Parts: sequence; C-alpha cells; structure tokens
Amino acid sequence: MIRLEKRPQPSRAMSLATPLLAVVATMVFGGALFAVLGKDPVQAIATIFWEPLFGEFAFFYRPQLLIKGAPLVLIAIGLSLGFKAGIWNIGAEGQYIMGALFGAGVGLAFYPMESAFIFPLMVVAGAFGGWLWAMIPAILKVKFGTNEILVSLMLVYVAEQFLASMSLGLLKNPEGFGFPGSRNLQQYASAHNAELITGTGMHWGIVAALVAVIFAYVLLARHQLGFAVRVTGEAPRAARFSGVNPTRLVLFCLGISGVLAGLAGMFEVSGPAGQVTIDFNVGYGFTAIIVAFLGRLHPVGILLAGLLMALTYIGGDIAQSQLGLPAAAIQVFQGMLLFFLLALDVLTNYRLRFGAGEVV
Amino acid sequence: MTQAPLLSLSGLTKAYPGVVANDDVSLQIAPGEVHALLGENGAGKSTLVKMIYGLVKPDAGSMQMNGAAFAPSEPRAARAAGVGMVFQHFSLFDALSVAENIALGMEQAPKMSDLSAQITSVSDAYGLPLAPDRVVGDLSAGERQRVEIIRCLLQEPKLLIMDEPTSVLTPQEVEILFKTLRKLSAEGTAILYISHKLEEIRSLCDAATVLRLGKVVGECTPSETSARDMAEMMVGSTLRTPKRAEGETGEVVLALKGLSAASPSAFGMPLRDVSLDVRAGEVLGIGGVAGNGQDELLAALSGEMRVQADMVAVKGVAVGELGPTPRRAMGILTAPEERLGHAAVPDMSLTENAMLTGMERGGLARNGLLNWTAAKDFAERIILKFDVRTPGPANAARSLSGGNLQKFVIGREVMQRPELLVVNQPTWGVDAAAAAAIRQALMDLAAGGAAVVVISQDLDELMEISDRFAALNEGRLSAPEPTADLSVERIGLMLGGAHGMEVAHV
Repeated sequence: MIRLEKRPQPSRAMSLATPLLAVVATMVFGGALFAVLGKDPVQAIATIFWEPLFGEFAFFYRPQLLIKGAPLVLIAIGLSLGFKAGIWNIGAEGQYIMGALFGAGVGLAFYPMESAFIFPLMVVAGAFGGWLWAMIPAILKVKFGTNEILVSLMLVYVAEQFLASMSLGLLKNPEGFGFPGSRNLQQYASAHNAELITGTGMHWGIVAALVAVIFAYVLLARHQLGFAVRVTGEAPRAARFSGVNPTRLVLFCLGISGVLAGLAGMFEVSGPAGQVTIDFNVGYGFTAIIVAFLGRLHPVGILLAGLLMALTYIGGDIAQSQLGLPAAAIQVFQGMLLFFLLALDVLTNYRLRFGAGEVV
Repeated sequence: MTQAPLLSLSGLTKAYPGVVANDDVSLQIAPGEVHALLGENGAGKSTLVKMIYGLVKPDAGSMQMNGAAFAPSEPRAARAAGVGMVFQHFSLFDALSVAENIALGMEQAPKMSDLSAQITSVSDAYGLPLAPDRVVGDLSAGERQRVEIIRCLLQEPKLLIMDEPTSVLTPQEVEILFKTLRKLSAEGTAILYISHKLEEIRSLCDAATVLRLGKVVGECTPSETSARDMAEMMVGSTLRTPKRAEGETGEVVLALKGLSAASPSAFGMPLRDVSLDVRAGEVLGIGGVAGNGQDELLAALSGEMRVQADMVAVKGVAVGELGPTPRRAMGILTAPEERLGHAAVPDMSLTENAMLTGMERGGLARNGLLNWTAAKDFAERIILKFDVRTPGPANAARSLSGGNLQKFVIGREVMQRPELLVVNQPTWGVDAAAAAAIRQALMDLAAGGAAVVVISQDLDELMEISDRFAALNEGRLSAPEPTADLSVERIGLMLGGAHGMEVAHV
C-alpha cells in the first residue's frame, strides 16, 4: 500500500523548482506523445517553445505573446485571490463576456461621437459588467449558502446566450449587410484600445495586467485584506477568530475577480478582437484557472505562467499548421503541464510511504 | 508481587524518525494488579500500550503473556490473547444503538437479542448501568465510555488497558468507574491504567511505572508515594507550584445577563440563560464536561458568535453585537481550546500567527498596512517571555509541540495587556512544566488587575487557580461559588446540573 505523509516543513527550494520540473516533465512526456503520433519530438517541442520567441517570424509572434498573455494574467490574478481564500469562482469566462458587452455597449452608444471620455467610461462599464455578473453567485452564496462553483459556472452559459443575442440583435452593426456582430471598435477612434507602442502589441489591457500583478502582490504581502484572504484559505475558523468577516470576504473576492475578468473582456473587445461576435470568447476565463494554479496563486508566478501558457497556445498553433499536429494533441500537451505541476506539488508537501504501515 | 506475571515486557524499543518513543522499557503486571503508567505528554505511554495492543510493532525487545511469547501483529491477535483496550477517544456511531455499536466491533456477533441480554448481564454484574437499546447519540460521555468498557468486558479480557479514562467524567462517574475497576481487579483481571491525574492513581493503583522521554525512570507504590514526588519523577525536576499574589478585586469587568444563543454548529449546545459577573483581579473557573456549551460560551465572548447587545457587557458597554476586532480594541482577548486551526493557523509562521490577533492591540497594522517587522518583534518577545521552544519566529505553528504552541497562544494574548482574558482548556495536552507556567501567567494577569475566565475540564486546575467556580451543564451555568468552600460532592452536583440551590434562593 502507498500512503501520503505530510512533510512537517516543505523544502523551499523544491517549491520554487516544481514549476520548472513540471515544464521539463511536460516536454519529455509531450515529446513522447508527439513521437507516437509520428512527428519528430525535438522539432515539435522546438516549434512550440522556440519558434514564437526566436524563430523567423518572431517579430509577429512576440507581440502576440503579450496580447494573449494579458487577459490570462488579468483574470488569473483576480481568481487567485478567491482561490487562496477557498472561494471558487469558475465563471470568469462569463464575467469576461459581460465585461466585453458592457464596455462595447457603452462605446457603441456614443457612436459616432468622438471624445476622450468615451474610452475611460468603457473601462468603468466593463469593470462594472464583470462585477455585476460575479455578484450573482456572491450574493446567492452569502444569503442562501449556494455553491459558488456551480452558480458561477452556469452563469457562463447564460452570458454566452446574452453574447449571441447581443451580436444578433441590439449591438448588431446596422451597416453590416446583415452579418452578425457589432461595429468594429478598431475603426472608432474614441473607443479603440489601440496599440500604445507600435510593433510591441502593448495595449491598455497589458498595462492593466501589470498593475494588477503589482496590486495583488502588495495586497497579499502587506495589507490586512490580503492577510485575511490567506488566513481564510489556510484555516477558516482561525480567520473568524481573528476578526475576518466571511461574508465580506466572499463579496470582495468574487467582486475583484469579476472586475478583473470584466476588464479583460473589455480590453479584448475594444482592441485585439475589435467587435462583439457570437464566438467572441475563446476560453480565456477557463484557461486562467490553469494559469492561476500554474503560478501557484502567487502574483509573480501568475505573470510568468500567463506568458508560458500564451507561448504554448501560439507555439501550438504554429505546430498545428507547420507540422500538422492535431489540435487535440496540443490540448493534451497543455493538460500535461497542469497535471505535472499539481503532481509535483503533492510530492513537495507530502512524501510517499510504501509498505503496510501501522494502523493508528 | 510473588505471583507469576500475567504480562511481562522486556527491553521494548520503538523509534520513529527523529524520536525514540520507547527506549528499553521493561515492566511486569501480575493478574489482578492495577498498574499505573505515568508520564508527561510525549513520554511514550501511548506507544507502549499500542505495542501491547498490536497497533505498533516494536523494533526490539520481547513481550510474554502467561509465560508464552506474545507478539500481536494486529489488534485482533491481541484481543484473542485476552487484551482489551478502552481508548481516550471513543469510536462509536452516534446514530446506532448501544447493542449495534458493540456488535460492529465483534468478530462473530451473536443475535441482537442474545447480545442485548449479555450486555445487560455484564452491565449489572459490574455496576455499569446501560440500556442496550439506547441510541449512542443521546448518551453522556460517561455512558459512552461504559459502552466501550462493556465492549471489552464481553471478550472477558485478562488485561484491560485504559487510556486517560477519567478526563471526560464527573467525580460521581469516576467513582462508579473505580468501583467497576476494583471489582474487575478482585476477579483477577489486570488493568493497565494510563493517567496523569496523580490523586486518582494513588487511590486506585497497586503499582506505577513512570516514563520520561521513552525511558522507565522510576517505579513506585502509589499509595505510599506523595503526588508531588510522582509528579517530580514525571517531570524530572522540582515542580514550581503556581503562586497567587494576593490582590484586591475591583469593579465588574464582564457582565453576562441572560445570555442565550443557538449554537452555530449543528451538533453544538445552545447557551441557555447564562448570567455572570467577573470583577477585575479575579479568576473565575468554569468547569463542566466537554460539549456542554464551552465552545459556544467562548465564541459568544470572543465575538465569533454575535448575540443580543446587552447580553454581554464589558465595563458597562454592551458588546454582544460586536465582532472580534472591536472587542479586541476594548481589551477583550480570548484563547480558544483548539490550538491548530482556531487559535493559530498551522501552516503559517509564528510571526504571522502573532499578527493574527495582535493586529489592533499590538499596533502591528496602520491604515490596513501590516508592519511585519513589528510582528516579528512581537513574536520574538512572546517566545522569549513564555519560553516557547522553537528555532525562531519563522517556523510554522504546526512544527511546535502542543505545549509550546499553547504557551505561544496564551502568551500572545497575555502580552497584549487584556482587560478581560477568556481561555478555554488552557493546559489541555500540555506537559506539567508548561501547564504550571501557563497557570502562573494567568494568575499574574489577574493580580495585575485583569479579569480572567478559565474554562477547563481539569477540576484540579480550576481549584488551584480560580477564586470562584461555576459549572456549565447543557448550556446552563450554575451560580458561581467561592472555590475555597467547595467540597468535591458539591462540585460534582454542580457539574451534573443540580441547580436546586439557585431555585431555593429565588
């Protein structure tokens, strides 16, 4: 029989090394998977990890890294605060959609007026949309004790229906020849989340993601509220004893993750995506859950994990088109990364014991 | 003893990573002998009896039962050889009846009606009143223990091991238990009795073996040895008896008026009309068997459980509706029973645990920003002043022994200069030296003018440190009485919930 035994004081070096070990293990086993599929494993791995950064077309892929990484980081930062406190917002995808709809809706309402106030208003509206959507599971949880995992998840599908209805109805481009989808915000200067420095991919959403990382870091390390979050996750009874109000903490954690997911959606719709369409959302809200854990719920870790995840997405796309790897193989590869990280995490905190052991 | 020993242990050794739990332990028990196993927490008592009961395999040494080699590989083998054990923590199913619970533990359970008859006959024979068809969930702790004892007796053991059997019993229940044990002993059943209550051992046991740090450090005849000498053998040094500095009691600090509240947890006990005054400079002891409202009372005082405002008043201010933070600001500090996960966060460092309650009163936070340097300094001062044995404040709370963590938790509150300090089970699972230090700190605090409420199940402790004593029973609190005038019978009645005296006065 194999048993897990908790280590009294986990090694610090090991906790820092596990993400790297997980990446290495993913490369080894992912390479094996690609080899079984009849592809050259070394070339496949190189295509995924090397090509986007240093390959021939890196000038195109590097900005993509930031564009794809920013929403992941922004959403994951919000989620990580809740996850640390044991509050499980699984519905960031829905909050992301609602943020985009509110932000785009405000922008389109002003069309064709040009004003410097429009974009800031859209930012506020996007944040509000995400917050509002997150408040539904939050209030149901504190008032009726419902499970926030289920409620927030189900609200993703509701948000998707809203998205479809909006892109076919209220927000549909009147000059769009009947095609579904809103006006393109990239062509509406006051509402466009444009590139800040040409050729870098840098837009306001990336700035927001970096600010969120710093904000979360300070909050967790130095602020009472961040301490309350950590204590609640570690020992809820001790948190109540120390004076944490669990109701307020649920509202705060779900609220902040809703706000950040809403912002991510708003920056995406007004920038890289440009318009509200039926298939606007591509799963950032769900992938951000992986990013949050891959970054071990630490702000800096999440920043790195977000970039790594973006890299595997971009590299995966290249591998699909250049080497003809099936999309499913790329998804398995990404799944492996999370699997190895979690497995190595367990081994950092516990040790394996073989043999019958004593019954106690 | 001239008789041939029933059980003889020689040179038993068991090491765990980093600690030798038992080192060359030898002892002998004769048939019918009541043998006490004494020692502080961590002295190796539990490991030793687990080896006898087949739960743990010794690394070295041998055991003999009735002259034959005895090496049980599992509890079943030990039971077959005639060893029975009553654990400190019961393993009973609340939703099942007494007979059903007993049947579950048997190899081949007889028909339920036959088993009930057997239970009744054993319970009559040994003076352990217990109806086989009652549901365990409705039983008191003492009655639950009887279920465990009868479960053992049905197997007609030659050796009965009892691990801290009286920690959950009222004095009257202890008397019943002792009568049963004496009767068993007279019939030839040997009893291995683990306890740290020295007076009990003096009145019950024929012989005692004292363990310290896994080694046998002494043997004695309890009836001929003073409790103090036995305690010093256990601790290995001269005990410092806590001393009370005489102080005047002052104004009323804590006033509870008709405090009634439902328990926040499903199996908790509601508080029923608890009224009480505690003055500055006074230690009030609250006794009672666990689960009679102790946790709820602490929660109502700490602010974890909100009650009607005027039910709890401190220095004339109604605080019932306030949470823990504003109460701490007023000087109302508490230390709950459960150290890991309630009073302290197991996986956080001592610095972070100092921050946990020291934030307001210790000045460790300003405008919501935490001052970790100050928190580390505070943790270091607690460690120094309360002699907490740990490499430093960066160590996780979980890595400390129970006694050291308890010293840290109590120290953390005491050093914040409370006006009112409420502690629940301050010395539970703490070794004698640490317990003495904690009691001294509580009494010093009262002598310095604070009001102190000590909730505990250890009656000796309450008699030692409190000025007045009250008992919780089914969520009701008896009227407090001065400790000096209390007899054991009176305490027993208070614990058992005889509120007759109050009614008579009204």
